[in-house]
Amino acid sequence: MTKRLLGVFSALIVVWLIVPTLVIVPMSFNSAPSFNFPPQGFSTQWYENFFTDASWLRALFSSLQVAVLTMLVATTVGVLASLGLAKLRFRGKGLMEGYFLLPLIVPGIVLAVGLYSLFLRLDLLGTLPGFVLAHTIVSMPLVITNVMASLQGLDPRLEQASASLGAGRVRTFFSITLPLIAPGVTAGALFAFVTSFDEVVLSLFIQSPSLQTLPVKIFNSVTQTNDPTVAAVAVITMLTSVVVMLIAQFATRKRKRPVA
Amino acid sequence: MSEGSVTEAIAVAGAGRRRRAPENWRPLLLLVPAFVLVSLFFLAPLIDVFVRSVTDPQPGLQNYAWLVSTEANIAVVLRTFGTAIAVTAVCLLLAYPYAYLMTIVSDRTRNLMQLFIMMPLWTSILVRTLAWMVLLQDTGPINGLLAAWFGIGPVPLIRTTFGVALGMSQVLLPFMVLPLYSSMAKIDKRLLPAASNLGANPVTAFFTVYLPLSRPGIFSGGVTVFILGLGFYIIPALLGSSKETMISALIQQQISVFLMWGQGTALGVFLLLCTILILVVVSRVNKQGSLFPGVER
Repeated sequence: MTKRLLGVFSALIVVWLIVPTLVIVPMSFNSAPSFNFPPQGFSTQWYENFFTDASWLRALFSSLQVAVLTMLVATTVGVLASLGLAKLRFRGKGLMEGYFLLPLIVPGIVLAVGLYSLFLRLDLLGTLPGFVLAHTIVSMPLVITNVMASLQGLDPRLEQASASLGAGRVRTFFSITLPLIAPGVTAGALFAFVTSFDEVVLSLFIQSPSLQTLPVKIFNSVTQTNDPTVAAVAVITMLTSVVVMLIAQFATRKRKRPVA
Repeated sequence: MSEGSVTEAIAVAGAGRRRRAPENWRPLLLLVPAFVLVSLFFLAPLIDVFVRSVTDPQPGLQNYAWLVSTEANIAVVLRTFGTAIAVTAVCLLLAYPYAYLMTIVSDRTRNLMQLFIMMPLWTSILVRTLAWMVLLQDTGPINGLLAAWFGIGPVPLIRTTFGVALGMSQVLLPFMVLPLYSSMAKIDKRLLPAASNLGANPVTAFFTVYLPLSRPGIFSGGVTVFILGLGFYIIPALLGSSKETMISALIQQQISVFLMWGQGTALGVFLLLCTILILVVVSRVNKQGSLFPGVER
């Protein structure tokens, strides 16, 4: 009885979590140029708008470029750091790990203001390196937590065995360690991609007319114009992140320990 | 590493005469790139914010004096804290039964329930906020239903604190469910029947046995939701109104609109200090809690 009541309650929560977002899908096929729900008629005009508008396409391209580069940098640096943290047994280890994870809890707006100020001086505002550096800072913690989780399940004797058979450190890493922690690395990399692809607050501050990512353009469009094209853009970004995250979910499926 | 001592000995022998001492510091090199990146593009910007707050436009504490002496600022701070508290309470009330159900269902159902909680995290906050804008507007479906069923409206939903809290709760709920569940999963299921065997009614058993044991999860989830809630920018900007600004929007406004770097950064330092203070206090009170409540491995 209690269980059934809990079930109904939880089902309602699931509906509240997931259904409201889906409203954006019918809106993107609205034939009327408004945000009124329910939409009137069916039309693909907003998608056509998106794919024929140079500024939207440029934003999409910038976003993909920044996200791929961020993924590469954050994953490389994050995996190295995780390996270092896993191998070290010194007292400041916890502190060091905490230092790398700190960007997860510091309010985005404070970091955004700081980066804006710093980038102003370094002339990095609205540049590709600027975006990649800023996004790497907030993506790397996710790589580190995922890779550290994988490393915890790794039997250190396997690496020792490899070394005893004559493999060097680099060879051992690529032929033993990396394949074993691959699910964690893949998941971390995909999380990094999505984090960068969806990042808004930092991007709003470091944008320039020459370089805007898709979320920045969506935000500007919502606050400054009333163009229903954003509904189509929202659906496209939503599909992108959901597909990437499904792959991440699939990659980690074989792992026993759930990652929160 | 006592259990691996034999294989370790073989490994050392196999590695030849190489000394083991350098192994101790070599892994440190692996940390260097991350350390440099985080120091240059995370710590340095935060230090920059602090320095600006006490030097812009001239050295001194005038920006902090402005912060505490301006009535509008106090109102914004109180509103931000109030909203974050309300959102934390709503998330706790919704997440607790959900997380509890996760501990008593089959593995398959539990995985499904976990998937439902993770799924919203896969969609950007911006897209979800956009969806709430459509739903909550005066001509939106919620007001449409209210008018059709009760003949009232349009009820102002968007551009209200209620709208902001609704959107924030939806986004932050997963951060409450996950730590709650991981804490509840550790509670021995025989304790509740044991309590009722000893004569406690379900309510007493819950409040004296189960609730105290789930406290680490409540703390972790609560702190995460609260501090994330304090710093929200996108949702208040799009679902709130300019009359009901929160701290983040005020910071943005001071810097981007009024070019008052000192005042904006002072607000930023204040927000950062609040976040740190809450984390430190809670990790003291809650011994089991880590500094990173949301990030559990």
